[in-house]
Amino acid sequence: MGALSTGEAKTSNAAARTEPDPALLTMTGISKSFLGVPVLRDVSFDLRPGEVHVLAGENGAGKSTLMKIAAGVHTDYEGEIALLGLPSRFSSPQDAAARGISVIHQEMSLIDSMSVVDNIFLGRELTRSGTARQWTDRSAQLRKAREFCEQLDLDIDLSRLVEDYSLSVKNRIEIAKALAFNARIFIMDEPTSALSGPEVDKLFGLIRQLKTRGCGIIYITHRMEEIYRIADRITVLRDGRHVGTAPAGQLSEPELIRWMIGRELSRHFPVRRTAIGAVRLEIDGLSVPKPGGTSTTKKSWLVREVSLSVRAGEIVGLAGLEGSGNTDLLRGIFGAYGKLEQGKVAIDGARFEIHSPRRSVQQGLAYLTNDRKGTGLILGLGLAENITLASLEAVSPALWMRRAMEWQVADRHVRALGIRAAGLWQEVATLSGGNQQKVALAKWIETRPGVLLLDEPTRGVDVGSKHEIYELMTQWTKDGFAILMITSEMPELLGLADRIVVMHRGRVTARFGRAEATQEKVLKAAMADEAV
Amino acid sequence: MNETPTAEREILLDVRGPRADTGAPVSGQKSVLRVAFERPWVRALAPLCFVLIIGAVFNAQGSFFKWGTHRDMLRQVSVYGILACGMTLVIITGGIDLAVGSILGVCAVIFSILSIHLGWSAWAAIPLVVLAGTTCGLLSGGMVARFRMQPFIATLAVMVFARGLAKWVSGGQKISSAVLNPDGSYKYVDLPRIFSALDHKILGENIAVVTLIFLACIGLCRVLLAKLRWGRYFYATGGNEEAARLSGIPIQGVKLLAYGMSGLLSAVAGICQAVQEQQGDPEAGSTYELSAIAIVVMGGTSLNGGRGGMLFTLVGAMTIGYLEKILSINAVGEASRLMLTGSIIVAAVLFQRVRK
Repeated sequence: MGALSTGEAKTSNAAARTEPDPALLTMTGISKSFLGVPVLRDVSFDLRPGEVHVLAGENGAGKSTLMKIAAGVHTDYEGEIALLGLPSRFSSPQDAAARGISVIHQEMSLIDSMSVVDNIFLGRELTRSGTARQWTDRSAQLRKAREFCEQLDLDIDLSRLVEDYSLSVKNRIEIAKALAFNARIFIMDEPTSALSGPEVDKLFGLIRQLKTRGCGIIYITHRMEEIYRIADRITVLRDGRHVGTAPAGQLSEPELIRWMIGRELSRHFPVRRTAIGAVRLEIDGLSVPKPGGTSTTKKSWLVREVSLSVRAGEIVGLAGLEGSGNTDLLRGIFGAYGKLEQGKVAIDGARFEIHSPRRSVQQGLAYLTNDRKGTGLILGLGLAENITLASLEAVSPALWMRRAMEWQVADRHVRALGIRAAGLWQEVATLSGGNQQKVALAKWIETRPGVLLLDEPTRGVDVGSKHEIYELMTQWTKDGFAILMITSEMPELLGLADRIVVMHRGRVTARFGRAEATQEKVLKAAMADEAV
Repeated sequence: MNETPTAEREILLDVRGPRADTGAPVSGQKSVLRVAFERPWVRALAPLCFVLIIGAVFNAQGSFFKWGTHRDMLRQVSVYGILACGMTLVIITGGIDLAVGSILGVCAVIFSILSIHLGWSAWAAIPLVVLAGTTCGLLSGGMVARFRMQPFIATLAVMVFARGLAKWVSGGQKISSAVLNPDGSYKYVDLPRIFSALDHKILGENIAVVTLIFLACIGLCRVLLAKLRWGRYFYATGGNEEAARLSGIPIQGVKLLAYGMSGLLSAVAGICQAVQEQQGDPEAGSTYELSAIAIVVMGGTSLNGGRGGMLFTLVGAMTIGYLEKILSINAVGEASRLMLTGSIIVAAVLFQRVRK
């Protein structure tokens, strides 16, 4: 590794500025930990003027963290950053922006309720001179903004509100804003995730224009096809380490995938020998529309025509990178998006009308969310209260809460799942991540569901608890539950799932049996654009 | 499954530990005072004790030590306290109800018209008034639950609307025993018996009937919150609405019930207000919603929702009640009284927030 990344040598001292082509940005030996967990280890990265440098890697590889350091969001890190060969350390995102680094966000950083021109100059308004320095010079702003927009081939009314425009236009407004800040380094994190084909073409045209102006673009994407369309060089991160950097022409697709995966299946997974039973969950052509879309606007879809089935005693893995729609599929099935018009769902052979989470719980569905603190647990309530939350009817006959019954139920789960706590009254906010996750699981097991929808069941959980959760899942399949599971950890997916369904951009792109699935095949399908 | 003997033993030992609403982890290394202070109970009672000590020091020639003073304090705080009961329910679900004062006004007017002017019996007038108040509450609840309006806006609208309704129904006049004749002269009618029956002191003149109504409301709401399944729904919705929804809790029903109960209790407060004033004043209850919120907050119920309880509100009502009473028996002028009350509310809330 590193043989092809020659940028650092050129810019190691200030004299390097006499070189004809100094790197815009050089990051050397960057390390960063969160709460003692290292997420970046000795990573180096550089960006030259006029190039698109793609940063690739699986979820959790450290791409976003590295870019947040480059953009001044994380300020405590080890290592060196140099801008145009000059050692720099950003004190804040504003500082980084002032020095020409601009981040084009996945979620737009524009303020919808303000006009286009106000957004473009937000934070560095053009002002009048002399005594009227506190007054913004609106006509000068309009003139300047129009200039930027003309350069970007963007013909819009600058005094209208940003919310009136489509995502594609917003994307370009954001770039106009960056130009107004004199940005030379653009960090684009999945900028095309919400764009249609022609809109992507427009963005790529714009990127080419930026290149000719000597700007450098760091581009993060999960889409293989885009990487090879736009990249000049590719850097791959894996588990927080720098795997390699290569010109796009010299790195073949299989090689790139190998760089991204690169590790062996190291963890042990419990051996499951369960009899696979009858189909418990059957989904046929289910689509989930993006919420908030009205009939007048064009409908956009989070999930499009997905069909799959899960049998009793079976674990089906639902693979996909961020934004693939796999989480939306689980939420959709569970009724979190309300009624769905397209597609059929059957539970144990009986037609199931998706209506609301409440109805789903009553029908024997359970949905473990991927964010236990945000949407899984009630942090201010105690252990017992959280465990019984989804099955309160059982401990409150005739509406009257029976404290003793409730504690009995909670105590049973605390023992069965090995939850470590000072007592059943303990607030779940004060439990460790692994124990919190077990509480969230216990809540759903207590509803005695037929189908468990698990979204990242081991996210943010220590290794010991992970294994305990694997054991529990194994036990539950023996008990006849059907499990549909999302996990972004490849070993977990391959180690636990009987079958794997891969999604990309809301559609199923591949299906594998346990024997035929490999990391390469799954990742390729998760980044591919053609549906099967 | 893994053997976890230590954890099990701890759980067995502590299975009858503190209640959920007082549950704070007990740590061995902290000072006794700090451990005590981590309990919401202690934090709620501390301001009350502080106010009582102030009262004992500035006792206005011993009048603070007479039961009559305490009885009057309880009587004076009762109407606010009844509003605070409903407010507590709403705040625990993560909302706020600004309409309680106006609903009180409407109900006071309607009750007075029905019983004084139209001569309805109390058995007919009270249920009708309570129904009217509940309807107003459900109106707020419906806007919050069904149309996802912000509670502040929805209840602000109902607050303005209900005040207008009170003025419309009463024709802008106070509804009292003096009835305006068509020829412009006044005719005086007798106040119905219900007025004296409710505005009365019983048990050897030792406690006011309205105080008993207030305590009954506290008890009723406490049963709802702490003993019924729906109470748990309230805490869960206020604690984390999305998690509650995804756990199958009917959050729309929770909100309807909370605002409906708040409207119902506002009606009860309206009747109490009418009998105490012996008239139905369309202006009655203005700014009472703020006093109710002050009581709830003083008790330690979190405005963020999900934490608190009815007994905290009882303590909060007594704290505010004693504060007012002590200032008035010491003949502190109204201007100073308001400024002092405001300052002490801030001080108490800051004091309660001191943790960690």
